[in-house]
Amino acid sequence: MAGSLRALRRRIRSTQSTKKIFSAQELIAGARIVRAQNRVEASKPYAREITRVLSALAGSASLDHPLLTERAEARRAAVLVITSDRGFAGSYNVNVLRRTEELLGLLRNEGKEPVLYVVGRKGETYYRFRDRDFVDSWTGFSEQPGYTDAQEVGRTLIDAFTAGEDDEESGAGADGILGVDELHIVYTEFRSLLSQVPVAKRMAPLVVEEVEEFRDEEPERSTEVPTSYEFEPSAEALLDALLPKYVTTRIYAAMLEAAASESASRRRAMKSASDNAEELAKNLSRQANQARQAEITQEISEIVGGADALVSANADD
Amino acid sequence: MATLQVELVAVERMIWSGEARIVIARTTEGELGVLPGHAPMLGELAPGGVVTIRTESGDDLTVAAHGGFLSVTEKGVSILAETAELSTEIDVERAREALRRAEGAGDDPETVAAARRAQSRLRAAGQDA
Repeated sequence: MAGSLRALRRRIRSTQSTKKIFSAQELIAGARIVRAQNRVEASKPYAREITRVLSALAGSASLDHPLLTERAEARRAAVLVITSDRGFAGSYNVNVLRRTEELLGLLRNEGKEPVLYVVGRKGETYYRFRDRDFVDSWTGFSEQPGYTDAQEVGRTLIDAFTAGEDDEESGAGADGILGVDELHIVYTEFRSLLSQVPVAKRMAPLVVEEVEEFRDEEPERSTEVPTSYEFEPSAEALLDALLPKYVTTRIYAAMLEAAASESASRRRAMKSASDNAEELAKNLSRQANQARQAEITQEISEIVGGADALVSANADD
Repeated sequence: MATLQVELVAVERMIWSGEARIVIARTTEGELGVLPGHAPMLGELAPGGVVTIRTESGDDLTVAAHGGFLSVTEKGVSILAETAELSTEIDVERAREALRRAEGAGDDPETVAAARRAQSRLRAAGQDA
């Protein structure tokens, strides 16, 4: 009996100390959400401006840039998955990876060979554990992505996309590099503190509707896009310089959203973990109290029994 | 006096916005000054370039902008840059150090870009580069 009481007390202590860890994590994640949301906000003016400039350009330049044209035979499709570096985030990574699997299945059905690019240590371990190939991976910034990180990812993807332009049925084309014909991105969209949804989007070839969609958000701006722009250098050269940046901006935006979602999921997971720990500690201390009570009762009855035995032994004399 | 509505935005944040008398920038085609009433235009900023904004009060605001675009509409001017720094925020010593490092490190595109960035930071801070 005394043994079980000691074991219970030990469990209570350990539950209480893990609870402390969980609630600390919860607080940290809470602070990070705010920061991540601020960064999402701060990146919006640029995204808005570049979209506006692009719409202006799209009106003037001929839209035959490789990043805009659908390829007749799309054979390979790059899929960029954005996961977190650390766990402790509930179903965050599972959801985004499940969404990725759906997309991969869809692409395979369309006869395209998916090629994976992974951001975040969790995604990396997921695919490595399952012995699945991925072309490249980037880790270490999932909670606080910087623009330079997005640039690195963007450069790799755009290079692969450009290399895919001359690929043939049998393999790599003239440049000897096996590229891709489509770029997709899977990340977790931050809808609210309570709802983060994994989404898959196509980044390239770019769909012009996506530019329109941005216009709709800013109706008062769309009216002011003038038709006659002067271009320095030519509109085509500008489009060449602008489109890769636009793709990078979208990757960056996705990373920021994913970072906010990650922190939100983590906070929720840690909240329920610390609630559970508290519940567990409460139950355990009830059991411990019961055990303590039982021990006392037993001791008393042993003493009383002993005293009785003494009394009856004396009476016999 | 007519003024321009200027927005200077970098990818990670909005750096400056306000009224200005003139914006001077260098595009890949050459130096350019934008006064109120300028025709709508779109230009790519020259690498390692510096943008000068003369504010309403007549002060000059010098900015090191990298990988940027300049867009002029009837409403005003927006300067888009991948990274941008106001001259007052530039650490001259660090920029010099970065330039020295980049110049000694060969000529792959990455290092050249780093050198250009360092140069434009120095120029914006009013130093020789």
